[in-house]
Amino acid sequence: MAADTETISYREAVRLALQEALRSDSRVFLMGEDVGHYGGCYAVSKGLLDEFGEQRVRDTPLSESGFVGAGVGAALGGMRPIVEVMTVNFSLLALDQIVNNAATIRHMSGGQFSVPLVIRMATGAGKQLAAQHSHSLECWYAHVPGLKVLAPATIADARYMLALALEDPDPVVIFEHVMLYNELAPPPVESDRLPMDKATLRRSGNDLTLITYGGSLPKVLQAAEQLSQSGIDAEVLDLRCLRPLDTTAIVASVARTHRVVIIDEGWRTGSLAGEISAIIMEQAFWELDAPVVRVCSKEVPIPYPEHLEQAVLPQPEDIVNAAKQLAGLA
Amino acid sequence: MPSFGADMDSGLLQEWLVKQGDPVSKGDIVAVIETHKGAIDMEVFQSGTVRALLVEPGTRVKVGMPIADIDDGASAPASGASASEPAPQHTSDKTAVSTPALQRSQDRVKASPLARRLAENAAIPLQDLQGSGPDGAIIAVDVNAAIAGSDPGAAVPKPPDRSAMRQAIDAAMTRSNREIPHYYLATTIDLQAASQWLAAFNLEQEPDQQLLITVLLHKAVAVALRDNPEFNGFYIENHFQPSPDIHLATAISLRGGGLITPAIRYADQLTLPEMMDKMRDLTLRVRRGGLRSSEMSDAGITVSGMGERGVETVFGVIYPPQVAIIGLGKPELRPWVIDNTVQARLLVNISLAADHRVSDGRQGAKLLRSINKLLQQPECL
Repeated sequence: MAADTETISYREAVRLALQEALRSDSRVFLMGEDVGHYGGCYAVSKGLLDEFGEQRVRDTPLSESGFVGAGVGAALGGMRPIVEVMTVNFSLLALDQIVNNAATIRHMSGGQFSVPLVIRMATGAGKQLAAQHSHSLECWYAHVPGLKVLAPATIADARYMLALALEDPDPVVIFEHVMLYNELAPPPVESDRLPMDKATLRRSGNDLTLITYGGSLPKVLQAAEQLSQSGIDAEVLDLRCLRPLDTTAIVASVARTHRVVIIDEGWRTGSLAGEISAIIMEQAFWELDAPVVRVCSKEVPIPYPEHLEQAVLPQPEDIVNAAKQLAGLA
Repeated sequence: MPSFGADMDSGLLQEWLVKQGDPVSKGDIVAVIETHKGAIDMEVFQSGTVRALLVEPGTRVKVGMPIADIDDGASAPASGASASEPAPQHTSDKTAVSTPALQRSQDRVKASPLARRLAENAAIPLQDLQGSGPDGAIIAVDVNAAIAGSDPGAAVPKPPDRSAMRQAIDAAMTRSNREIPHYYLATTIDLQAASQWLAAFNLEQEPDQQLLITVLLHKAVAVALRDNPEFNGFYIENHFQPSPDIHLATAISLRGGGLITPAIRYADQLTLPEMMDKMRDLTLRVRRGGLRSSEMSDAGITVSGMGERGVETVFGVIYPPQVAIIGLGKPELRPWVIDNTVQARLLVNISLAADHRVSDGRQGAKLLRSINKLLQQPECL
């Protein structure tokens, strides 16, 4: 395909971002399981070891708590570490380092120390990796003050969000959805760089707002396209940053469309979708013309068989059906 | 049909809240009258027993026409409850207006928050609407249809008609500039003492009990009027009728355009916190409905300030048949000369537009001086 030369993948965009960071700041180094010789379990860091050497692209033992803790220490010592955790499921072994140390040290030290650490991790289902490699726990991290949580959903955000995260003086967790790595788009340009903590409209519409983030964005855009064929004009708001949430953008969109469907691959109970729904109730109640609807994953551990895995996840048809049931939309 | 202002020539009787045989006391709310200023709760100005209701709800009635017959035990039948020009209530009896809140039966109606807000803004009772949402819930499209009049099933009282309000403002202001020989005075007042006193006062208050400086300005105007009665009253049929009480009309703008000037009644007798509450309450009721007829008709002077969004000086147009309007500029830090040095002080420009048939500039200047003097002793307000 001729287009191949004019597009890059999400994976390549992350790699370009890592390369740029390693080239531009000698304090930056990448560390994690299989990031060096193997090139990253999703092949994101392929070639970086050759360019930057073992000092700066470091393979670690299989000990999340150990190497994330080392990242916290390096950040305290003045480095700008990028720590890759293979999946969010594995990051639970490092929760103590992330939640008790990285997120708190600025506060515990009375502002004397900061932890400019970036943690990247893969998240989400769709690759038949079953229940211990497929979950979406973004919401757990978004719960924790002291952290910032990003969910780049486009090639441009994959390309530019890392640098913004590295500039931040506090720990930032970046979630890369596994189904996005093969997404293609024309190479992003500098003007595609958006502020780190602002939501953005991926599509404008008048009839309802579809709020989502991360791996669900392509499905939501697909659903919006289907809805437009039924004469329903959907707006798509990509949150991009899950902590802090851009409540201004959420409220502004609700004030325009008066109807909301939230699409969140996390489980419904205690989800980010629930938090967003509460924000809308608190700050945009009098704008609502229909109850807020959530489309989330079914509340089971993500199954291994493909048909069951797909049945559990939010699908474009689910989003279309949810939207069509909203009051006032025939 | 009473007049709720000089610019009202008729009213639509929307609802009776009393029936034949009911005893009524002066000040009771007996009916809801739809005017270009929205639905106003009409207070009866005569005590007695309702002998007959003469007008069906839904009827438009000219100001001055009888709408009910009240037996006060003395007068002959069919004297009617009527009123003509703004009827200043010659009473200081504040208890007369404090009737208990009305109980209007209201079954729970299913409606979306947006539909409720739209209906409230348009003064459309939700009970009158057919819902097209889930389980018959009323949603925005139903309210919008009723506003547009496209729903034949909806017997909807007309929402406060912006263009009617515009026409009324046009008529009153045209009359004012045609008939009233205005003269204008303005003076700059140092608010440093007032703002310092206010800051100290507010320090001891809960956030929702704190006062705004505009309350002090209004109170100072009200108190100053005690010794300057020629600015508080009505010019009717070629002579000036002073108002016995001090009711300040305060200009409150509506979000959709236009403005309403309900009265802060007995403004000179209110404490500052009471006046703050009153101003909040009026603003709320202007936007939501529930203004009482006395608040619409008996103010003898208007105070117009645009608050934070205001300007340096307001040049007012008198609201006839009143004879004066006070304009409050926006308080701002500006240079001021004290003891031959220039200092930054919180200053406000207060203006007076007054009717030259009733007062002269010398008296106007005295009024502004009185206001200034009061504001230098905020603890006395």
